Amino acid sequence: MNTAPSFASSTWLVAEREIGSKLRSKAFLISTGILFLITLAGVLWAGFAAQSDTRIPVAVTGETAQIIAPLDSAVDATEVGSAEAARDLVREGEVDAAIIPGGEGGFDFTVVGDDAVPSSLLSALSVSPPVELLQPDGDGDDGLMRYFVSLAFGVVFLMAAATFGSTIAQSVVEEKATRVVELLISAVPTRALLAGKVVGNTVLAMGQIIGLAAVAVVGLTVTGQTELLAGLGAPLVWFAVFFLFGFVLLASLFAAAAAMVSRQEDIGSTTTPLTFLVMAPYFLVIFFNDNPTVMTIMSYVPFSAPVGMPVRVFFGDAQWWEPIVSLVILLITCVAAIWVGAKIYENSILRMGARVRLKEALSA
Amino acid sequence: MLELNGITKSYGGRRVLDDVGFTVAPGRLTGFVGGNGAGKTTTMRIILGVLAKDAGTVTLDGAPVTAADRRRFGYMPEERGLYPKMKVLEHIVYLARLHGFSKSDATTRATALLEELGLGERLGDDVETLSLGNQQRAQIAAALVHDPQVLILDEPFSGLDPLAVDVVAGVLQGRAAQGTAVLFSSHQLDVVERLCDDLVIIAGGTIRAAGSRDDLRAAHSTRRFELVSAGDAGWLREEPGITVLEFDGGYALFDADSDDTVQTVLRRAVAAGDVASFAPRHPSLAQIFKEVIQ
Repeated sequence: MNTAPSFASSTWLVAEREIGSKLRSKAFLISTGILFLITLAGVLWAGFAAQSDTRIPVAVTGETAQIIAPLDSAVDATEVGSAEAARDLVREGEVDAAIIPGGEGGFDFTVVGDDAVPSSLLSALSVSPPVELLQPDGDGDDGLMRYFVSLAFGVVFLMAAATFGSTIAQSVVEEKATRVVELLISAVPTRALLAGKVVGNTVLAMGQIIGLAAVAVVGLTVTGQTELLAGLGAPLVWFAVFFLFGFVLLASLFAAAAAMVSRQEDIGSTTTPLTFLVMAPYFLVIFFNDNPTVMTIMSYVPFSAPVGMPVRVFFGDAQWWEPIVSLVILLITCVAAIWVGAKIYENSILRMGARVRLKEALSA
Repeated sequence: MLELNGITKSYGGRRVLDDVGFTVAPGRLTGFVGGNGAGKTTTMRIILGVLAKDAGTVTLDGAPVTAADRRRFGYMPEERGLYPKMKVLEHIVYLARLHGFSKSDATTRATALLEELGLGERLGDDVETLSLGNQQRAQIAAALVHDPQVLILDEPFSGLDPLAVDVVAGVLQGRAAQGTAVLFSSHQLDVVERLCDDLVIIAGGTIRAAGSRDDLRAAHSTRRFELVSAGDAGWLREEPGITVLEFDGGYALFDADSDDTVQTVLRRAVAAGDVASFAPRHPSLAQIFKEVIQ
């Protein structure tokens, strides 16, 4: 005997089908696999590039070895028996330069090069006067790092939100176009159907995000980039939390927008504004990642907070309470979006034919 | 007993249903016939609650139909729709589970039903790979899988070949015999006539006739009789109160003006020679239909 299933179990049944049908799609599995591989490759490449030996190979003799001892981090010294042996290594190209005893002009050594001497070696050996900076800026090459971390969060958000946003939109229209929705709605409440679709796609999107994070963490650990990893931990967690609610927000709106049309070809006419909302954080973060004002605003606007706030947390630009306030704003927006989305969805899902106007969808 | 009363529905000022009322009794097959645009689909969608009515009531055993009651309804929409990329069995199991069956119950039921409908070989195929007729059978399975108390089927026979019509008709009769109230619409009046116990005829958004098939036939029958006898039946033409419509030797089709006239004719026919057949000629559903929708 069947008893009417609870709202929660109806929702979960719908979510389960949504997830199952996506996991069975070859296109989805392949594109997810490629995404994971690209991430892993990127992390590994960055790791090896950081680790590879950039020190200048230099030949020294017993007498000159102590001269470059303080430069150990910049110079890879090879000790040889005589000055002539050192010159031979330079000629053979084994080393970039040799430092041999005996010199003039106050120096007691000479730098030997083949046709030139690495200027970095010379500057390392030079004596510089003391320097006093009036505006010390601790991290000089932070700009590039800022760019890449911002880009990474931006790309991941864009890809996951766009992929699963359009998945939910297509699935809503598919049900409407094939009229299977009439069967579903005669079995479960409309809101359970909508909730199931949102939950299912959120699970998939979160799965992808967590998978990517896991790949990144494993990659960073394997290549020994523990410093970067330690810095990324908290921002990654914040990103996951913000993404969760940010995606629920977008998914509800995508479902509602899709419910307003009856054919796959028409999806664009109602989801385009949402697509812009999804792309906006990506472009903002690329162009304005070094502009504190824009980044601060971004980190509070619900649609861009999932990208803006983790970036600010990563660079220590945000106070401890800022992500919490931003999250509360996001949660409130999320609840409002679910409410509005459910209303539009309920009023539009059974109306076939011409596109339902927003005013009608909201008023009926 | 499903009962509709005073259902009214307008689309943008155009009234498509006007004071529609009829009943669908448990254990009986009720045929719902009407021309294109008469309001059949709109009525069915209102019963299922997928469309809101402007006025009127839909009651089940006297109480307004609730969402919980509708879980026990089976529905086959006018425009067929199942997920194209889902496997047939999996799809029907999914629908059964949405209606509250456990996974194993749902699987048992869906398998048995699909086999009964002749889809036993296609359980693992994607819906979109089935022929139209087979998709139709799957659609019927979707409506039946949760053992509904009330079945609302919009054109369940369209697109089926004669053998499939018999299979589906058999399944529906089986359900009715178990006490299900079945309402189905159809353009195939011969199928409706053969199958249903009750009839509802709709035209222009109003119910023109409703009741048991036999009552309707009786109500619309004129005293028309058919006589097949051994001798020449030419004498009928001279009989008072008789209008002969067709005549051929011992065969005659005629209208009589009263029951007494009919008895008189019968006695005379027996006296005139061996009578092979003397029977009232009932109007066909097609004739009744044409008559009531005018």
